[in-house]
Amino acid sequence: MILAAHQDLSRRGLLQAGALVVAFSLAPRAFAQEGGAAQKPVAPGLPGSLKTTPFLDAWIRVDATGQITVFTGKAELGQGIRTALIQVAAEELDVPPASLRLVTADTGRTPNEGVTAGSHSLQDSGTAILNAAANVRQLLVQAAAEQWRLAPDSLATTGDGRLKAPNGRTAGYGPLAAGLALHVEARADLPRRGGARRALGMDLPRVDIPGKLTGGAAYVQDLRLPGMLHARVVRGPSDGTALDALDLAAVQAMPGVVQVVRNGAFAAVVAEREWTAIQALQRLQRATWRRAAPAIPVADLHAAITASASQDEVIFEGKSASPPAARTVRARYTRPYVMHGSIGPSCAVAQFQDGLMTVWTHSQGVYPLRKALAELLRLPPDKVRCIHAEGAGCYGHNGADDAAADAALAAMAIPGRPVRLQWMREQEHGWEPLGAAMVVEAQASLDAAGRIADWRYDVWSPSHNGRPAGAGGLLAGLEVEPAFPPQVPRPIPMPEGGGDRNGVPIYQVPSGRVTSHFIASSPVRVSALRSLGGYFNVFSIESLMDELARAGGLDPVAFRLAHLADPRAGDVVKLCAQKFGWDTRPRGDGRRGCGFAFARYKNLASYCAVALEVEVEHETGAIAVRRVVSAVDAGEAVNPDGVRNQIEGAIVQSLSWTGIEAVAFDAAHRTSFDWSAYPIARFRDVPGSVQVHVLDRPGQPFLGAGEAGQGPAGAALANALADATGLRMRDLPLSPDRVKAALGV
Amino acid sequence: MRLALRIPALAAAGLALAAAAAPGPRAAAASAQVERGAMLAKLGDCAICHTADGGQPYAGGRAIPTPFGSVFATNITPDRQTGIGGYSQAQFERAMHRGVRRDGAQLYPAFPYDHFSYATDADVDALYAFLMTRRPVAQRTPPNRLIPPLGFRPVMLIWKALYFRPRPFAPTPGKSEEWNRGAYLVASFGHCGACHTPRGALGAEKTDKTFDGGYAEGWYAPPLNAATPAAVPWTQESLYAYLRTGLDASHAASAGPMREVAHELARAPDADVRAMAVYLADLMKTPARSAPVDRADQAAARHPLGAQLYAGACAACHEPGAAMMREGRPPLPLGTPLHEDDPRDTLQIILQGLKPPTGPSGPYMPPFAGTFTDAQVAEIAAYLRARFSERPAWSRLPAAVAAARKEAAA
Amino acid sequence: MSLTLNVNGADHTVEAEPETPLLYVLRGDLQLNGAKFGCGLGQCGACTVTVDGKAAYSCLLPVAAAQGRKIVTVEGLGTASAPGAIQKAFETEQAAQCGYCIAGMIMRAKALLDARPTPTEAEIRAGLQPNLCRCGTHMRILRAVRRAAGLPVEPPTAGGRADA
Repeated sequence: MILAAHQDLSRRGLLQAGALVVAFSLAPRAFAQEGGAAQKPVAPGLPGSLKTTPFLDAWIRVDATGQITVFTGKAELGQGIRTALIQVAAEELDVPPASLRLVTADTGRTPNEGVTAGSHSLQDSGTAILNAAANVRQLLVQAAAEQWRLAPDSLATTGDGRLKAPNGRTAGYGPLAAGLALHVEARADLPRRGGARRALGMDLPRVDIPGKLTGGAAYVQDLRLPGMLHARVVRGPSDGTALDALDLAAVQAMPGVVQVVRNGAFAAVVAEREWTAIQALQRLQRATWRRAAPAIPVADLHAAITASASQDEVIFEGKSASPPAARTVRARYTRPYVMHGSIGPSCAVAQFQDGLMTVWTHSQGVYPLRKALAELLRLPPDKVRCIHAEGAGCYGHNGADDAAADAALAAMAIPGRPVRLQWMREQEHGWEPLGAAMVVEAQASLDAAGRIADWRYDVWSPSHNGRPAGAGGLLAGLEVEPAFPPQVPRPIPMPEGGGDRNGVPIYQVPSGRVTSHFIASSPVRVSALRSLGGYFNVFSIESLMDELARAGGLDPVAFRLAHLADPRAGDVVKLCAQKFGWDTRPRGDGRRGCGFAFARYKNLASYCAVALEVEVEHETGAIAVRRVVSAVDAGEAVNPDGVRNQIEGAIVQSLSWTGIEAVAFDAAHRTSFDWSAYPIARFRDVPGSVQVHVLDRPGQPFLGAGEAGQGPAGAALANALADATGLRMRDLPLSPDRVKAALGV
Repeated sequence: MRLALRIPALAAAGLALAAAAAPGPRAAAASAQVERGAMLAKLGDCAICHTADGGQPYAGGRAIPTPFGSVFATNITPDRQTGIGGYSQAQFERAMHRGVRRDGAQLYPAFPYDHFSYATDADVDALYAFLMTRRPVAQRTPPNRLIPPLGFRPVMLIWKALYFRPRPFAPTPGKSEEWNRGAYLVASFGHCGACHTPRGALGAEKTDKTFDGGYAEGWYAPPLNAATPAAVPWTQESLYAYLRTGLDASHAASAGPMREVAHELARAPDADVRAMAVYLADLMKTPARSAPVDRADQAAARHPLGAQLYAGACAACHEPGAAMMREGRPPLPLGTPLHEDDPRDTLQIILQGLKPPTGPSGPYMPPFAGTFTDAQVAEIAAYLRARFSERPAWSRLPAAVAAARKEAAA
Repeated sequence: MSLTLNVNGADHTVEAEPETPLLYVLRGDLQLNGAKFGCGLGQCGACTVTVDGKAAYSCLLPVAAAQGRKIVTVEGLGTASAPGAIQKAFETEQAAQCGYCIAGMIMRAKALLDARPTPTEAEIRAGLQPNLCRCGTHMRILRAVRRAAGLPVEPPTAGGRADA
């Protein structure tokens, strides 16, 4: 079987036979801003990240003993890619997974694969490693073949790091590799190893879990270096605020305080012991604070968004003739600001030694961070090294990069000593970039035959990308003296998109228009949160699809199937409906109901359908989710249980966003300052059961599954609520108080 | 004062949803009478007693502790077999006004019919209309666990003869309409005196000591009159905030049974809660009995371990510089529980913590029951009293902690 | 100040201010990684340990109050090569995504199962309620706790809320 070249994401996957004219700009720089490689492709014909890093030894090294080390520019975020990438490499190299070492994102050691985001890891890195491993295996085979003067295809791998000749002769990879130069460019289209599967497609237990269950050092928070100091950064309560005069003298005099680092408005306190640093911070936080940015338009956040100046782009236009509209649905949907809410507040360890700054960080992008830090610290980039160490789940751009900058500034002031800087809970809540609030206004109609005739859709959104590209994208960059000019948000172009991600319906729509309104200026700090605009666009589109189906008296699942051309999409929808028992489901009786939703992430990546059953308590408005069934097609599933885990997690997290969450503000700051002020789902809130069915597609390109569940789960909840009670609610969150207000007495 | 208010969302949601909401399969919108009854149910906290933890609303099953054992709140959904589905309006009025069950048996005054007897017929009928339109739930109420001979209901006739003096509510002339409305609600549906008035040996409220303070479920309900221990006077505004949002920055967050009351009052009509605040503020108008103080050094000298424990466990939230304080939580010198002569509220808060009163977000404190031993809780309480109150030190704290723990676990 | 703490069955002497929350002493002085900083406010449970068998927030327990009491962290339940029963159950169910909350979950579960060896579904959910998970691993965590309790791993068919 020939390994197909990785799906070229610059192709317009949206093209459907003849009916659409798609208007958006192709821009390889799209990848630089979100999930893809950060550099220009130097070998465009190669698959995955081999495009930008074509040399084999950047990815795989074999030492003389046969120890294989694999390198990836992506980071383990808890999504299981460490294990998945090991499986990929082990499969093609035909070695036990446990024998492999994997080095992740490190500007000193690994390829530059930009940011671990956008569900790109398996698509970009997995594909690169798959191919690189196939290349390396091929080279080892050739080396043995030359040595033994045999035909290469008469040799076989033994499965434990050796090659075997028909006469039984073997040679280990180590000695063979010693005679090889792996500093060669990969070749595309090498055949896969074939034979019995040993790792790929298997539910290999995650290699990192045993340590995490038993107190192993697994996170950046667990790093302990000799002579390490403890630091806390000092800021106002939330983004857009600043503290007034700091009582530094009181803190400098505290026993155990090593230094108070100041640079312009940036301040951090460094101490020998962690508790001392915390007490010093609390002392300094007695200072009064003020709003240091334009007021937050709390009277109506959404009106402020649609009233803002915007860059408008038509991202879909359908100009085919369509039958006259028989039924029209008009709807406006809104999403509040939402928090990443990582359980572990951001943390970094930095050390400035002999002119070299090393930062251990859980940033999703060590290479872009290095560039930003170099600018901030006024060091040449090759004097800054960023090494990824796991943090808690981050779900996008949270405080990690800023904590890294804060730690680096503190370390710079105390050369030689490692400095561990930990954000407090309130700092993470107050300063992490939020998932943008969004507004959708849509109007769609059905013809007399119940097919979609017209589709008009406008989406307004502030930026979903504030990831630091330079010092101006870091909080500290705006605080130091002289301050760096603030980074200007730019829209992420389609086909990936930002606020318009998934804004184009995947359904067959003959006529209509989708317009994206990008709002560059926001009074609230915003950036990438899992699935970006995908969550809310899918919420809106899938709610609208249900409203259309209801208006036409059509079954929601059948209605969707009738408009999906992609057979893989249809397969996922059908599998989910079948496993759920859609045809025999309890019908809306005022209390119980069922909802269905489907999306293909970015219309390019994984396909995911979600069906769920709810019970609505009329007296309180509480929606209890009794059971959830989902089906997902992530292409060839490297680790099906890993895919299940990700989709389960996405569903539970999305139900929390959809049913509970909204960041609260007053005009001067965020008032969601800790978990008491920003509750998320707890054990009594989560569904009775969640079942995920993985539709494996061996041989198909890997499609990232990390974000595919967010949108469908949220929409399915709204659709189930409508089925149960007749209430169509379009403003998130679907909190008990709002549901109760709509239900009445 | 910045409050994490959820309530404005209701108004906003209503506006946003008016256009979007379609009528459900449920019958036509509730009548005005049913709406009125729903509001009275909130004012009366019916759902609090008549809903078990995690149970269906109004289906009963919650044990109400009394000095005489536990009475289980009944199923007041309109289920015919296990609820009140068989009650006529007149029978319901008789139960509310005179504490008599449909079959003629006496109801226990754990159901505060001595307060509901003040309710007008129109209001009782509205409540009836509301309850009769709830979803019937089939759920049997567990048998009561009362000390003999109280299980024999006719015994309650004696109690009634001694203590029950039903009469209609009489407005006070010369007071505003709003004041009298508040007085009516407090006396009737609000049944505030059921906790806030001391009771005699046979469990009846001492009508000559109305609002002098009482006990409920392990908590002390402080006086609602001139004897209030508050460090700063309660005003209409501060009472309204406390009742409506479960938090007043100059007194306390509502805790224990009051937490549930605030949960209901947050959803009651605004004007009614205001009226109650007007009335109660008038009863409580008095110069502050104890001034807010902060004598940190003195308290640390007298209770060094308490000071250490406070510094490590409490200061991160309760000291200036903490986010919680910046966001408008009451500073400890003002905390009413610390000024009560009975330590149990302070102890219960330390042991059980606080949950957000009116919705998923709001004032929160973790429970320390598992963290500290009785002696350690006593030390912290003694330190707090010495530091933040000028009142005399609490005595026999370790025993009080043990008793509070037992009550909390009950 | 010199303090003696009994952690995972062994006595340790540490130099720390008596008011220092146990969490920082466990991590900083005893180099134990299990208990984690998640909030320092008693809201998330990432720091959960057991003290005399009861679950406690180590971020709010000053070491002065921890002396003379039995403290157990996740390291005390087993190691990667010899995991304890609850840890094994979490491993079997692959009950982790980022894993940051998991040590706290395991300790909360330990306290729950020690007090209530065969809890109902409602009791498990209520018992774990103090601990937050943001990755959405709840379903697997519930499976792991059911497995550790010897209960059927699949959720009860009634499904839904704690009252089910």
